[in-house]
Amino acid sequence: MPLIRLENLSRIYQMGAETIHALRDTSLSVERGEYVAMMGPSGSGKSTLMNVIGCLDTPTSGRYFLNGTDVSEMDDNQLAEVRNKEIGFVFQTFNLLSRASALRNVELPLIYAGIDATERRQIALEALASVGLADRVQHKPNELSGGQRQRVAVARALVNKPSILLADEPTGNLDTKTGDEIMALFEILAQRGNTILLVTHEEDIARHARRIIRLRDGCVAGDEQMPPGERRRPAPPTTAPGA
Amino acid sequence: MRFFSELREGLWIAWDAVRANKMRSILATLGIVIGVVTVTLMGTAIDGLKRAFVKSVSALGADVLYVTRRDWFLHTYQDWMKTRNRRRITLEDARLFTRLCNSARAVAPMADVGAPVKYKSRESSEVRVVGTTEEFQYTSGINVALGRFFSPGEAEGGRPVCVIGAAVATNLFTQGSPLGEQIRIGSGAYEVVGVLESQGSFLGMMSLDNQVFIPLQRLMQDFWNTPNLTIQVKVRDIENIEDAKEEVRGVMRRVRHVAPGDPDDFAINQQEQFLTMFNRVVGVIASIGLFITGLSLFVGGIGVMNIMFVSVAERTREIGIRKAIGAKRRAILLQFLIEAATICLLGGVIALGIAYPITLAMEQFFPAKLSLPVAGLALGVSLLTGVVAGFVPAWRAARMNPVDALRNE
Repeated sequence: MPLIRLENLSRIYQMGAETIHALRDTSLSVERGEYVAMMGPSGSGKSTLMNVIGCLDTPTSGRYFLNGTDVSEMDDNQLAEVRNKEIGFVFQTFNLLSRASALRNVELPLIYAGIDATERRQIALEALASVGLADRVQHKPNELSGGQRQRVAVARALVNKPSILLADEPTGNLDTKTGDEIMALFEILAQRGNTILLVTHEEDIARHARRIIRLRDGCVAGDEQMPPGERRRPAPPTTAPGA
Repeated sequence: MRFFSELREGLWIAWDAVRANKMRSILATLGIVIGVVTVTLMGTAIDGLKRAFVKSVSALGADVLYVTRRDWFLHTYQDWMKTRNRRRITLEDARLFTRLCNSARAVAPMADVGAPVKYKSRESSEVRVVGTTEEFQYTSGINVALGRFFSPGEAEGGRPVCVIGAAVATNLFTQGSPLGEQIRIGSGAYEVVGVLESQGSFLGMMSLDNQVFIPLQRLMQDFWNTPNLTIQVKVRDIENIEDAKEEVRGVMRRVRHVAPGDPDDFAINQQEQFLTMFNRVVGVIASIGLFITGLSLFVGGIGVMNIMFVSVAERTREIGIRKAIGAKRRAILLQFLIEAATICLLGGVIALGIAYPITLAMEQFFPAKLSLPVAGLALGVSLLTGVVAGFVPAWRAARMNPVDALRNE
């Protein structure tokens, strides 16, 4: 059973008098443990697709099975529950709470999962340590570098052990070197068996993934497995976490 | 469990938000502070007024019935017309009544007149002269501070003796004990046998200490030979005051020869009548007063609502992040409700801090006290204001679409 299965998915927006077909009859499936990049120019529907897969948005028609469960008919609160348990988001702009420490940011999904304070703290500290930020837990986002912020975001995304890690242009606001570090972190996470969906418009970044899905005008225009030889090598692990 | 962690998170966020926007929170709180201060002061004032009244009326005694020709409170002109031709209550009525009424603890007929009281060169011009019997000391609950009340023999014989109130004593006697001295009441000479303890005033108008008590027989001789009496009846058991009232009524009907089926030609009054009358008046004043002061709280509530809309608007992105991470509608709703409630509760606490010294100052004039129930009510009302004012903004936040919220810059 695939982890993600989309069947004839459509998403239509009504913008005033104009009807926008962001996704047209898209079908797609992703297996557990895959590392997939979704590519496409802006307006190709990749953001909409990510929102639907991330359960932030619901399709206008078609079905979306996550772990065999139909989530396309769920209401707001059920979707919130799914997002909390099954999906970890990493955003281009980090989207950390600016007034909360790194630790609190990482604890947040656990709060909404109802985990008690002591255990929460423990799990969050471990998650921060696993992205190499054990010594930065009390720092506020504005006291951290861009790369560190994104790693806090990754720790937050992973803290509830989600089925999917959804990353939307995770290197978009980082310089090349820091971006490479984040991609190295993703490589490690993929090797540990996490399912990663990476949305990007940069061919370079997409080449880190094992499979690339190309979108155009709301349809899947290409779906290719990357032979190992053509993949970009991750940065050496020694400089990855904690750099 | 999850609810509690959401609650704690909500409290943390609320406190953080208040701290982050100190100036704004203070300004938003100001409306609530003013509202709660006025409501609290109004409540305290009404409370104090009531307390003053009850204290003053309690001089009448909760367990004492007052048999009079007319009701204390005639509510309509018809009532007055009906009762104006009633016969006076005479000494004979009172004597017969006393003999027949055996369930009472004490019975004392009384009548009063105003008269000047003199001692040597000192004079009190308008003193209430009460003629009664020795049982008055039991029905009225007065205490003799010095000397004694007059005796049954003195009362029966109409001896020229008197017991004087505390104010009369201090007015007439600058030095030395009044006991055994002769004072002039009206034109007669009386010997002072006792001085009463101070009792304060009745309804703030009539001093209970500016009175002298003489035997009723004497009063009839010297001042008024056909007085209209009031019979004070102290009941045995306050629990059964209604039964006692029925018995007094039956006895009085016999005394006055009221034919069966005819209406009473007398009235039985008690302290309660004052209280019902008063409560009716104060109830109206209180509801109008609280309504007007409540308006200022309402304005404060609107201020908080306004601030909450601003808070929700500027934290749209945060709401999006929280929703993406798995916050349900309830969690977001709770977060903003708690924030609004925190601002208002803070206002309530500050308001109590301001209101408390003011009530202390008010206490100089009448027994106003910031009571625990009023303080609790003030906090409760401010909390409620916060929840009500915060609800619409919080609801709007809770219903936000996460995709749109995240896109917000």
